[in-house]
Amino acid sequence: MPFWRRESATPFLLLTPAMLTMAFVVVFPLVFSMYTSFTGFRLTKPASLYDWVGFRNYARILSDPEFWIPFGRTVLFLTVVLNVEFLLGLGIALLINRITWGQRTLRTIMMFPMMFSPILVGFMFKFLFNDNIGIVNNALQSLGLSDGAIPWLVDGKLAFFSIAIAEVWMSTSVFAILLLAGLFAMPRDPLEAAKVDGCNAWQTFRHITLPFLMPFAYIAMAIRSLDVARAYDIVTVMTDGGPAGRTEILWTLIGRVGYDNSRMGMANAMAYVSTILSILFTWYFYRKLVAARRYMGGAQ
Amino acid sequence: MSAVVESQTSKQVKRAGLTALAFLLMVVMCVPGLWVVLSAFRPNGEILAKPPVWVPENPTFDNFRKIFGLGTDQVAIPVGSYFMNSLIIALTSTLIALAIGMAGGYAFARYRFRGKGGIFLGLMLFRAVPGIALSLPVFIIWSKLGIIDTKLGLIIVYVSLNVPFTIWLIDGFFRQIPLSLSEAAQVDGCTRWQAFWKIEFPLARSGIAAAGVFAFLTSWNEFALASQLTRSTTSKTLPVGLLDFTAQFTIDWAGMCAMAVIIIVPALILTFLVQKHLIAGLTFGGVKG
Repeated sequence: MPFWRRESATPFLLLTPAMLTMAFVVVFPLVFSMYTSFTGFRLTKPASLYDWVGFRNYARILSDPEFWIPFGRTVLFLTVVLNVEFLLGLGIALLINRITWGQRTLRTIMMFPMMFSPILVGFMFKFLFNDNIGIVNNALQSLGLSDGAIPWLVDGKLAFFSIAIAEVWMSTSVFAILLLAGLFAMPRDPLEAAKVDGCNAWQTFRHITLPFLMPFAYIAMAIRSLDVARAYDIVTVMTDGGPAGRTEILWTLIGRVGYDNSRMGMANAMAYVSTILSILFTWYFYRKLVAARRYMGGAQ
Repeated sequence: MSAVVESQTSKQVKRAGLTALAFLLMVVMCVPGLWVVLSAFRPNGEILAKPPVWVPENPTFDNFRKIFGLGTDQVAIPVGSYFMNSLIIALTSTLIALAIGMAGGYAFARYRFRGKGGIFLGLMLFRAVPGIALSLPVFIIWSKLGIIDTKLGLIIVYVSLNVPFTIWLIDGFFRQIPLSLSEAAQVDGCTRWQAFWKIEFPLARSGIAAAGVFAFLTSWNEFALASQLTRSTTSKTLPVGLLDFTAQFTIDWAGMCAMAVIIIVPALILTFLVQKHLIAGLTFGGVKG
């Protein structure tokens, strides 16, 4: 019997289309990108694609503060934003779990930000934070809390803050929804047992509710880690890295070096660093998820 | 006695307080979106007015007429073609991704094979490659192949973007269907293929629809790749078109708000239709895997 007629070959045949697409659109370009990162390729000079420079691009970016500052800023941004999203999401989930009236409506409303295009979220907050016509400044001035126009998107620190707000607005609901699903799935017995044993509310939360919720938090983290680079869209529309590079993050830097300065070799080297970072991040949370599942004794 | 009544009233007060707090939070979450929607129905002058006009004084559909080139006053941005491009690209890539994802999801849910965990993890990790990082090599390769600035070029990219997540969701939905059902059908004389279409597919249909909505929205909302792989009205999508407005000399806030409404309304309707299945799919796929 030929290989493809055997029962054991069926799953591989079923997976072939998926593998082929991924190979053509992701694996092959990534290999090509790896090659390009070792050349001095410039978009304006096609022949430079064969101009092998070894590790020069990597050596340059690793010693260049113009790379390290946006890199550090990206790490800082993600750390702050993900922690705020987790804590806010947890708070919202616990709150909605407690209330009975209108719970379904609240859950539906909560899903909406997830469905906004990141570019749209960026535009929305650019409109809201506009120093002249934005609703934030208008409200502050009408309430008498500020007399001048606060330059939300013009000052470096404030712009960074505004971008973080947009990001948190967009993604908190991923955490809230999944943690709420976890709370719904939670068995009642351990909670009652804890009450009988005299645990207070905080102890019950810390030792029973939170460990049970962690796998759900890790799913949320894993889902989020797949698309952290969506911050590129938000930054592009809100400040485009400005003012004077103060909100430049890794991904906007890649776009600028690759397309605007047409230094493709260099941009590919940066892109490789960011790709490895993203993959490690996803892998880490996937491992955490598997471990948490084992701890819960879930089906393997 | 009175102590019991008192503690009951205080409980009710607390509960009412929590409900109020939750709804307040939701209002805060909705304000940014609502403000943009409100502004889409105002003339630009009212948006720029000082002191601010909070409630629209003369609501109008002019902004929508303008961006679709229907009124006397026209915008240079062909939103109508962008809308059609977005629709064609998102729909086609969703259908293809669903077909591929159903085959893959079925393989993961129903078969044991070598390297299963590794292949699954590999698919997920490839999905984690940032769009802008992937766009660099794809841009160069697509240029050589001559599919830059075509709908086809973008469709191919979106299919592969959606395949991993679609497989993940559909795998979760197939797992929830007891294996005994399809086995019983096979004992009764169905082939595995027939059992799939008669038993498993109808049972998983709502879940597959949810996965489809997710794929559609990913394509509909994507920006990083689209902004580099499209150039003209033949393939530009709505998110890329939204940025066209900022390239103009004066920002047409009202026009942008109207375009934002055009982008968000289909997404909201779809989400509303499948929200229940979406949450179930995300959690089952992950926890009970």
